[in-house]
Amino acid sequence: MCLAIPGKVLNVNKNVQPVMGDVSFGGITKRVCLEWIPDVKEGEYVIVHVGFAISKMDEKEALETLDMLRQMGENLDELGAVP
Amino acid sequence: MKYIDEDRDGSMARGYARLIRTVTTCRWTLMEICGGQTHTIVKFGIETLLPPEIELVHGPGCPVCVTPLEIIDKAIAIASMPNVIFTSSEDMLRVPGSMKDLLAVKAEGGDVRMVYSPLDAVKIAQHHPHKSVVFFAVGFETTAPANAMAVWEARRLGLKNFSILCSHVLVPPAIEAILSSPHNHVQGFLAAGHVCTVMGYEEYIPLAAKYRVPIVVTGFEPVDILQGVYMTVKQLEEGRYEVENQYSRSVRREGNVPARRLLAEVFRAVDRKRRGIGEIPMSGYALREEFADYDAERLFKANAITVQESPLCIAGLVLQGF
Repeated sequence: MCLAIPGKVLNVNKNVQPVMGDVSFGGITKRVCLEWIPDVKEGEYVIVHVGFAISKMDEKEALETLDMLRQMGENLDELGAVP
Repeated sequence: MKYIDEDRDGSMARGYARLIRTVTTCRWTLMEICGGQTHTIVKFGIETLLPPEIELVHGPGCPVCVTPLEIIDKAIAIASMPNVIFTSSEDMLRVPGSMKDLLAVKAEGGDVRMVYSPLDAVKIAQHHPHKSVVFFAVGFETTAPANAMAVWEARRLGLKNFSILCSHVLVPPAIEAILSSPHNHVQGFLAAGHVCTVMGYEEYIPLAAKYRVPIVVTGFEPVDILQGVYMTVKQLEEGRYEVENQYSRSVRREGNVPARRLLAEVFRAVDRKRRGIGEIPMSGYALREEFADYDAERLFKANAITVQESPLCIAGLVLQGF
């Protein structure tokens, strides 16, 4: 039930209450409530649950998370632990 | 798709599996809280990648599973009434009540409709001013703000024909119920990434300290789960019990502040029953008194419906990992 997926914000309409916008999920577009992401801009990625954006994706954090393994991998190589 | 493909990368998953094997020296039992995480674990065969010393116990974090029979029967009773349009997310329509499910009510001629968003239910109420539109508000902290917004919108629009049947449940009291049980054998938790996206993770810090268990806020893709397991096992092996955030691309320490503010305005914490587990104190949300006009349970006098669950049901034991 707590399924939420990332999508790209195509536009933001601040003239309606609550704030709404179109979000693309790999080509499928849905109208989403953006009320809780006050600084959201076109082109940014948000995580959407039942038609509501609940957070903005932090690209720096996403890359760092992925980079963690690379760093660990290097340590493993040094330890000679990689099979 | 960006933010999904990279977290399903097979070589990266194998890399984490290897890392977990190198840090594991003894048996550990971890629990993933969220049903969405359980889904990923089963779908991608995550358990086959883990060393045999690590056991994953699937936790009570699926609102569909923990919604008590009594609420399902109340939903069925309201949906069966004339002049009612009963709206719900798809997953609640198939959950069996004592006698039947909501799809059976629909088959018998009841106006039961599946909606994607609670705001869709508000729109239905706008389009059908002479019908009473009820939305089945089930879910954890992830879903609760959306349902709060539906009530907020209905009031702003002056709708008198919209209400919710509210059965919201909260995650931290369920974790505490498990940890405080004498039967508990869970040593570390993967906390639910989307619940924490809304609520943040400050309320888990005293739990981790009090029960001396690591809690790692974890995402939902295979690499997220493996990284979450790695971070939890590493803490256990090093004798640490802290709250860490693996899902930092979405989760901030304080959560989503505007969504939390709306939650606090619309809902209050109440005791809540869960299927197979029973009542946990202050473990759910109900509408605040000022929103009583939007409470379907009151409007349709469904409070009188009480149901005894079968003593043969072992759902509670399974969900708590006993």
